Amino acid sequence: MSVEQIILYAVLTPLAGAGLIALTGARPNLREAVTLATGLVLFALVANLYPVVAAGQTPSVSLLEMLPGLSLSFVIEPLGMIFAGIASFLWIVTSVYSIGYMRGHHEQNQTRFYVYFAIAISAAMGIAFAGNMLTLFVFYEVLTISTFPLVTHHGTADAKRAGRIYLGILMGTSILFLLVAVIWTWSLTGTLDFTKGGILAGKADGLTAAILLGLYVFGIGKAALMPFHRWLPAAMVAPTPVSALLHAVAVVKAGVFSVLKVAIYIFGADFLFTIATSRWLLYLAAATVLIASLVAMTKDNLKARLAYSTISQLSYIVLGAMLATDLGILGGGMHIAMHAFGKITLFFCAGAFLVAAHKTEISEMHGIGRTMPFTTLAFFIGSLSIIGLPPTGGLWSKWYLALGALEAGQIAIVAVLMISSLLNVFYLLQIPFNGFFSGKDGDKAAEIKEAPVSCLIAIGISSTACMVLFLYPDPVYDLMRLVVGS
Amino acid sequence: MDVINGFPGLMNYWIVVFLMMTGFYIVIAQDNLVKKIVGLNIFQVSVFVFYITMGKIKGGTAPILADGTEIYSNPLPHVLILTAIVVGVATTALGLAFVVRIRDAFGTIEDDEIQAMENED
Amino acid sequence: MAALVSSHLPALQVVLALLAAPVCLLLRRPNASWAVATAITWTLLAVSIALLERVLQSGTIIYALGGWPAPWGIEYRIDLANAFMLVIVTVIGSAVMPYARASVEAEIPVERIYLFYCMYLLNLAGLLGIAITGDVFNLFVFLEISSLSSYVMISLGRERSALTAAYRYLIMGTIGATFYIIGVGMMYMVSGSLNMADLASLLPDVGGSRTVMVALAFITVGLGLKLALVPLHMWLPNAYTHAPSVVSVFLAGTGTKIAVYAMMRIIFTVYGGMGVFDDFGLGEMLMALGIIAMIGASAVAIYQDNAKRLLAYSSLAQIGYIVLGISMASVFGLAAGIVHLFNHALIKAGLFMALGCIFLRIGSVKIEDMKGLGKAMPVTMAAFVAGGFGLIGVPLTAGFISKWYLLQAAIEKGWWLAIIALLISSLLAIIYVWRVVEAAYFQDRDKKAPAVSEAPVSMLVPMWVLIGASIYFGINATMTMDVAIGAAEALIGGIQ
Repeated sequence: MSVEQIILYAVLTPLAGAGLIALTGARPNLREAVTLATGLVLFALVANLYPVVAAGQTPSVSLLEMLPGLSLSFVIEPLGMIFAGIASFLWIVTSVYSIGYMRGHHEQNQTRFYVYFAIAISAAMGIAFAGNMLTLFVFYEVLTISTFPLVTHHGTADAKRAGRIYLGILMGTSILFLLVAVIWTWSLTGTLDFTKGGILAGKADGLTAAILLGLYVFGIGKAALMPFHRWLPAAMVAPTPVSALLHAVAVVKAGVFSVLKVAIYIFGADFLFTIATSRWLLYLAAATVLIASLVAMTKDNLKARLAYSTISQLSYIVLGAMLATDLGILGGGMHIAMHAFGKITLFFCAGAFLVAAHKTEISEMHGIGRTMPFTTLAFFIGSLSIIGLPPTGGLWSKWYLALGALEAGQIAIVAVLMISSLLNVFYLLQIPFNGFFSGKDGDKAAEIKEAPVSCLIAIGISSTACMVLFLYPDPVYDLMRLVVGS
Repeated sequence: MDVINGFPGLMNYWIVVFLMMTGFYIVIAQDNLVKKIVGLNIFQVSVFVFYITMGKIKGGTAPILADGTEIYSNPLPHVLILTAIVVGVATTALGLAFVVRIRDAFGTIEDDEIQAMENED
Repeated sequence: MAALVSSHLPALQVVLALLAAPVCLLLRRPNASWAVATAITWTLLAVSIALLERVLQSGTIIYALGGWPAPWGIEYRIDLANAFMLVIVTVIGSAVMPYARASVEAEIPVERIYLFYCMYLLNLAGLLGIAITGDVFNLFVFLEISSLSSYVMISLGRERSALTAAYRYLIMGTIGATFYIIGVGMMYMVSGSLNMADLASLLPDVGGSRTVMVALAFITVGLGLKLALVPLHMWLPNAYTHAPSVVSVFLAGTGTKIAVYAMMRIIFTVYGGMGVFDDFGLGEMLMALGIIAMIGASAVAIYQDNAKRLLAYSSLAQIGYIVLGISMASVFGLAAGIVHLFNHALIKAGLFMALGCIFLRIGSVKIEDMKGLGKAMPVTMAAFVAGGFGLIGVPLTAGFISKWYLLQAAIEKGWWLAIIALLISSLLAIIYVWRVVEAAYFQDRDKKAPAVSEAPVSMLVPMWVLIGASIYFGINATMTMDVAIGAAEALIGGIQ
């Protein structure tokens, strides 16, 4: 297989998988086997691309000419490789988890769930490998639409309301801001290809670039920069695997990934640094980091707390992009990976608490470490990664983000990062500590009752990965080095 | 000067404008469906007169080749308006057919009463 | 023989349908007249595609009807713009015909079915005639052929409101046609010609004359009535709502579109050399009306309880998009308008087909009656959702392509108000499409309601052909855009 074919297959495999899943819907075991097989094939394909990218090549392939002069085309470059690698790997893990969760929780319409899940992954691959802004925009919208049935999976009035917010904000921002920004760029430069060093420098004057940047960053609603963050807590109404993979990894990372892409390949870091609005957006991202952390502390529902934590963590990456320095971008890119593994672990644990103990509120989880020690331990590791403490990978991304802030001379941003980490400690570690050390002694008699085995396997993999990334962050680091080019 | 000389010379056009406005007003103001169609006819007839007028040339005769005549009226607008008359007749016939059916269905041909009934439907 | 047919293709395009209409009248049998109408429509599709190919290859076709050369005789002049219109009309017609059989049987009394096909063929002849002719008076005649037959078709609806809707349309439509013919008369007074190309070269010589500008005003208002340009749209919602499903499909896909084309032709070809955009402010006027339509009609659509009426108001808004494209008077703007004309014809006809399927099965198109149809009629509702995405302008649907070019043209013009209006209108489209989607997918059917099955295949296939085409031309728009840009250049040639 040539590299070009692999790229196309990587986008098409999950789509074909979705078709097969729909066909095998009547036989759940076969259906799940198809999901897992598709995930493995996809990961194998993506893994095959890694040596090519690591060698510094950026092969590209054009699918078809959508408009005169504008094609749907794909290219693999290091940043997209990181995103694709994470999404495809975690899809396998999530699929393993879903089998236990969906059955253990007796969910309805499981076939529909797996079908749209696979389509969403296909869209995420399309975003990761997008060769130009049009392709990225197309798959961005496909991702929004394909995740809508997952968010509203339960079909209840709550789900419907959440679906409205989800679709309204994500589609509203993308149509109102992003589409205009894309077409404006096209009309200014005559190209939408992602180009090293950016395409706007020299083509757009200061004011235009300032407005464009705002349109891009707010238009990418999936990055959940305040004030367009409301969709993310709303989406928590979905089944937990959806929250775990899509709303901790694929969808939100597609958002911040797009922000990084725009910053690096549309504006170019040097040009970005000169734009006035990049400072404002930097401060807005910093504000989002703090405010979302504070809101997270007030939430008693575990998934809601994790959602606000995600909003806060996503803004780290936006912040890294807006620093417009090499180290800032490096840290932002690494944080995509580190946060993904940390947050998916936390969501897996939240789902496990729900399936095994039927608990959703943090205040009910006192002493849960005694009945579910393994899950609670994994939660502890995931929390450490989010906070940025050893022995987890989260340390590295925060490290480089802080260095990037120093490089840009933004001492205040360093302070924000520190304060936010402290807040993380408060609102995340509370759960495992209360789980292990509080609760009535009378509960001692309680037997160990963990989540289904497949859930535990998934939790085990993702929490181990958090620690592996502490010792061995090299793949991610090397790829980001290639992005910033030094 | 212009007004004094122009007015009689433009007599036909004044008639056209008068008929046009009369017809248009009837279409808008009348509630009775048949009267609306009458108004529509007056409106259309004004256009017929307009076309016929523009074909007329001072001193011209019917466009038939004959010795001693040099100036002919332009026959084309007259021909055109024959077509328009046919269209007008067809429209009137269809409109009246609708009125008959509406009366069968609603029992009235007053627009305001019909609208009241439709709102109840 | 082949050479003879081939040289008279332009005449065949109109005459075939015109001749077939009385045949239906004589046949009187429903199935036989359906067969005749279908065969004729498909033949016309082949003819129109042949014409489009010939225009693409060898440029404008000029055909003197009856051998009388212009400007004395009537001339058919086919450039890329009207060749494209012919294809649009016949494509919609060809998809409607297989669909019509089951739907017409269910909605029109059996003894009147042959009349419906007769009227349909007349309508088709009128629409094709408007598209093909190069003579302004001939255009009026075809306009009235198509209008009169559509009044009749609308009145075939089952509710008594169909009669009043048809009657009101008749009054408004006749006023529009009469306005148009007044304008034509004035042009003739100063130029002595009725041939479009001839007029285009003669009018600039008398450019200062007030008569010429008043003529344009009359024609614009007259055609504005026919194409339902807000605020001249009052007839449309009722007409679309109460007409039989098939008629709504066909009219939504073709009727207003052809009037839009006529307006483009008059403004850009006939008045091309007159500077109507620079001196007369026509662009700003049309932009204002387009924007009002885009936002006002979309907002009204949100509050409709009847899905057909909802789509009717949505049509008004989409016509606003096209008019906005016209008002830009740039190749890109006009091309966006033309390509949206095509895309919207596919999308809206497909959506009305979905409603026709629903009406066939549950006897209603009220949104509240569509509860739970996502499960009961999955194929139909999926088509509705896909079409709805097209209205919103989601990527990978044809609506996205139109919006892309409209936005691009507006950005190049620096018309920020138009850009904002376009975007807001898209957001409003999400809301009104989602009202139907939520009813169909998030609510269950009443327990007492009778069981519902999927619509017959003969209706599903044409519906998906149109919706599928709208998706195809959203993914691969190179061909449609090339044609649209060529058509825009052909139209706008007079201005530049």
